[in-house]
This record gives sequence, structure tokens and C-alpha cells, in this order.
Amino acid sequence: MKSERTRSERKLAWMLCAPAVLAMLLVTAYPIVYAVILSLQDVDLRFPDEGGFVGLSNYIAVLSSDLWWTDFFNTVVIMVVTVAIELVLGMAIALVMYRAIFGRGVVRTSVLIPYGIITVVAAFAWQFAFAPETGFVNNLPLIGDETDWFGERFTSFVVIILAEVWKTTPFMALLLLAGLVTIDRQLYEAARVDGATAWQRFTRITLPLMKPAILVALLFRSLDAFRVFDTIFIMTRGALDTESVSILGYNQLISRLNLGLGSAVSVLIFICVFLIALLFVRGFGAKLEEGRPN
Amino acid sequence: MEQHSGRDYALWTIAIALVVIFALIPVLWLISISLKPPEALTDQRFIPSEISFDNYKSLFEGGIDDSPFIKPLINSIVIALITTVIAIVLASFCAYAIARLEFPGKRVILAGALAIAMFPPISTVGPLFDMWRALGLYDTYVGLIIPYLTFSLPLAIYVLVAFFREIPWELEQAAQVDGATPFQAFTKVIVPLAAPGVFTAAILVFIFCWNDFLFAISLTSSDASRTVPAALAFFTGESAFTAPTGSIAAAAVVVTVPIIVFVLFFQRRIVAGLTAGAVKG
Repeated sequence: MKSERTRSERKLAWMLCAPAVLAMLLVTAYPIVYAVILSLQDVDLRFPDEGGFVGLSNYIAVLSSDLWWTDFFNTVVIMVVTVAIELVLGMAIALVMYRAIFGRGVVRTSVLIPYGIITVVAAFAWQFAFAPETGFVNNLPLIGDETDWFGERFTSFVVIILAEVWKTTPFMALLLLAGLVTIDRQLYEAARVDGATAWQRFTRITLPLMKPAILVALLFRSLDAFRVFDTIFIMTRGALDTESVSILGYNQLISRLNLGLGSAVSVLIFICVFLIALLFVRGFGAKLEEGRPN
Repeated sequence: MEQHSGRDYALWTIAIALVVIFALIPVLWLISISLKPPEALTDQRFIPSEISFDNYKSLFEGGIDDSPFIKPLINSIVIALITTVIAIVLASFCAYAIARLEFPGKRVILAGALAIAMFPPISTVGPLFDMWRALGLYDTYVGLIIPYLTFSLPLAIYVLVAFFREIPWELEQAAQVDGATPFQAFTKVIVPLAAPGVFTAAILVFIFCWNDFLFAISLTSSDASRTVPAALAFFTGESAFTAPTGSIAAAAVVVTVPIIVFVLFFQRRIVAGLTAGAVKG
């Protein structure tokens, strides 16, 4: 009787899950297999008659090109710098949301604004702000009014990173806040009685207890930052060596219609993302069950 | 409770003001440029000295056939709404099973959803581009709805599982004991309890679709299905010599302000949704 019920419960559960599981696999499992197949062939839609199996030569072509390594370097720099700034800024905002003696609602409301804005729109807003002809930034005190922000690689990165940080810090702050509220407040009282300074309370209580939440937030934001595409596409289209690996993939696939080379780039990006996730889970001990997609 | 001095209030006021300014500057700036007349565009002022609505008028000029903005706006709204409805229905079934039923494979589904959330979308763009052209889905609504569905389902499932786990399901049986039919028990007791979670998941899925740019520029080629973010990237000025800055700013304001109002109105739900399951309570 019991096993009959368990069996029907299982059947029902699988029927309920099947549509969602199929929909998720449709555009991930099958395409990634297809991408691997394409990456082993010479597929260039501009020359449809050529083609055929070419083994790993697409990968060799990508990995031996300077462009891939420049773009890989750019992507890693953007990922590390944005996520590091976001961690500090996000923690500060989370503490303000948690500890403020008034106005917590106002802060929470305003940090959701960047979250609600389309990334492309945010990229345009910052681009217009820094553009030498239209922007107000060069008109501010302390900033050289002659700076051509998009005329140089370094300054372009400054603006790209600023836009990315602005857009995604709220998510980081909210994830950290969720970790912050789980800490028992009595610990702080006890530490205060024992004479711990505010900084000691932060480094000896808050940080260690928040480690799981911080790791999960870092993992999700790092993977997200590694996929950076929209902001760069709008601001520079990859000019002056500001391309990310996703822009390189897009250029090969969609602009040059070279599906073979482009797919090799896609598969390499997939491998990078996998390795970053592995690093966090195995290397730093991030507990993924406690994580969630954003 | 602790006593707060005037200095405490002053420090917190500064901290709060900094956060608010940080969040608002780009939005105010977009509104400012969108209101500047063309000749004032290069005045480098944060606050416009004179106001003109010409940028907004030019966006909608020519009606649906000639305006560069109306069709993409319709595309964005329709595609995001359809995806949201389908994603929420599929995710609700799946989340209900995960939250309430015992079955092998539960953990695999959750882990798989998490893996998909981390999946780089660019890795699927090439194959989808090739497949959609072969299947006739390139530059169609369906061609965008399918990948949006795939990438928003993990988010929806996670949020809904977190909410469904909090629902006191015993109430359903209690209602039946009190004489309600199973259908009544479900619609009168469970649906109202589940509605806030479902609504939260719907907001997050809608924002996800509304925001996408990569699929929108890779899988479309015309106003037939191009959404607003992609259309903005291809905006051109009135003539070859005028930059489209003003029109882009106006279009950006039109697609941003309603979402901001919406987000602010439902901020509690969105915060709950964004952090649902982030930390095991």
C-alpha cells in the first residue's frame, strides 16, 4: 500500500517537473553538444561549400592567437576588479541597510533602481556622462576637462568597470544582507561588553560568520562578470583592445559568421566558467546548496 | 535600546545620502539629456537650462511603421509577458513537486537548474543562430522566447521552491476536514498563500527578459522581433550628421521609468525574491 503511494507520488512529481526540465535542457544541453561538434568543423557561412571535420585546429587557431589572450586578460581583469569593488561597496551598503538607525527603507528602495534598469540603458547613461562632447563628468571639479575617456584603453576600462559596478552592486548588497541578518545579535552585545571595538566586531564576528554567504555571492557575481558583454558592446564595441571573450565569440559567430571558430571560442568560455565554479567550490569550499541563481 | 547622538544621525544621514545619490545619478542624467534641446546637448550641464520634449516626439513620430521605437517596444513587452507566463506555469509545477513531494532526482533537478543559471549564454548563441535559421525561428518571437524560458526557469524555480516551502500545507487538509472540496481547498486556501511568491517570481522573470541584450542582437535582424535593448544599439540620428544621443536617452527613459516605479512599488517582494534561498534559515 505504502509503496503504491510512493510510486504514484514519484510519478506525479516527475510529470510535474518534466516540462520545466525539458525546457531547460532544450537550449543548454543540446546546443552545447552542437557547439562542440561545430567547433571541430570548418563551418563558415560565407563559404558554405567548404567545410568538414578539422579536428582541434579551430582550438589551436584560437589559443595561438593574441586576440584570445588579450580578451581573456581583459575579461579576467574586469571580473576581478568589479567583483572586488562590489564586495567592499556591497558590504558597506548591506551594513547601512542593516544597521542604519533610520531610513533603511529609503536605502533598500534606491539600491533596487540599478537592478531594475536595462544593462544597455545603464551603459548608455554612463557613456553619455563620460563622453567629452556631451558629458557632465569632464565639467566636474578635480577631473581634467580634456580627458577623452573612450580614446584610451585604460580610461575606457575605468568607465566600463564603473558601469558594471553600478549595475550589479545592489545584487551583491542584497545577498550579503541576507547573510548578515542570520547573525545572532547577542554575539555583538557580548563582544561589546568584553570591550571589542567596532572594527574587531566586524572582523572577528561578522566576516567569519558571513563567509558562506560571501563565497556564494562572490561565485555568482564572478561567473556573471566573466560573461560581460552588454556594457562593452555599447561603450566601445571592443575598440582599443577592450574586447571581452563574449564579444570575441559574438564577433566570430554573428558578425563574421564563422561558426567553427566562434564555437571553439564558446566552448572555451564554457570551460572557463566551469573552472571558475570548480575553483570556488573545491578551492574555497563555497557551498552551492546554499546558493541560488540570480 | 542604544542612545543615538546627534553625531550618529549626521553620520547615518551622510551614508544614506551617498547610497541614494549613487543609485540615482545615471537615471537623473538620462532624464536630463532626454529633455535637452539638440543645441544644448553639448553644454555639459547636469541640469538642463531649458527643457524640450522634441526627443520624445521624434521617438513616436511616424506611427508604428516609421517610428524606430514603437515596434521594438511592443516586441519587448509581448516577448517578456509571454515568457513570464510560460515560465511561471512550468516553474510552479516543478517547484510544487520539489517542495511537497518525495522523489528521487529532486536534488539533481535543483543542481541542474543551478548549473544552467551559471551557464554562459554566449556558448549557446552559435548553435541557436544556426538551428533557428534552419528551423525558420530566426528573427521571430518564438526564437527569443525559447532561450529566455530556458535561462529564466532556474531563477523562477529557486524563488518558488523557497516560497512554497514556507506555505503551511496542512491548511489544505484542515479546509477539507471542514467540508471544502479538494478544489475549493486548493483555490481558496493554497492559491492566496502562494500568490505573493508566484508574483515575485513573475517580476524577476519579466525583468530578466526585459534586460536581455545578447540573444536579442544575435537572433534577430529586423524590427519584426527586435527588442528595445537591441533596437537602442542600432538607433541612428535624424541625419547622418546628428548623433542619436537625444533619442536614445528619451527611449531609455521611456523603458526605465515604468520599471523603476514598478520595482519601487513592489520592493519588499523583490528583495525577498532576490534573496530567497540565498541563505539557509
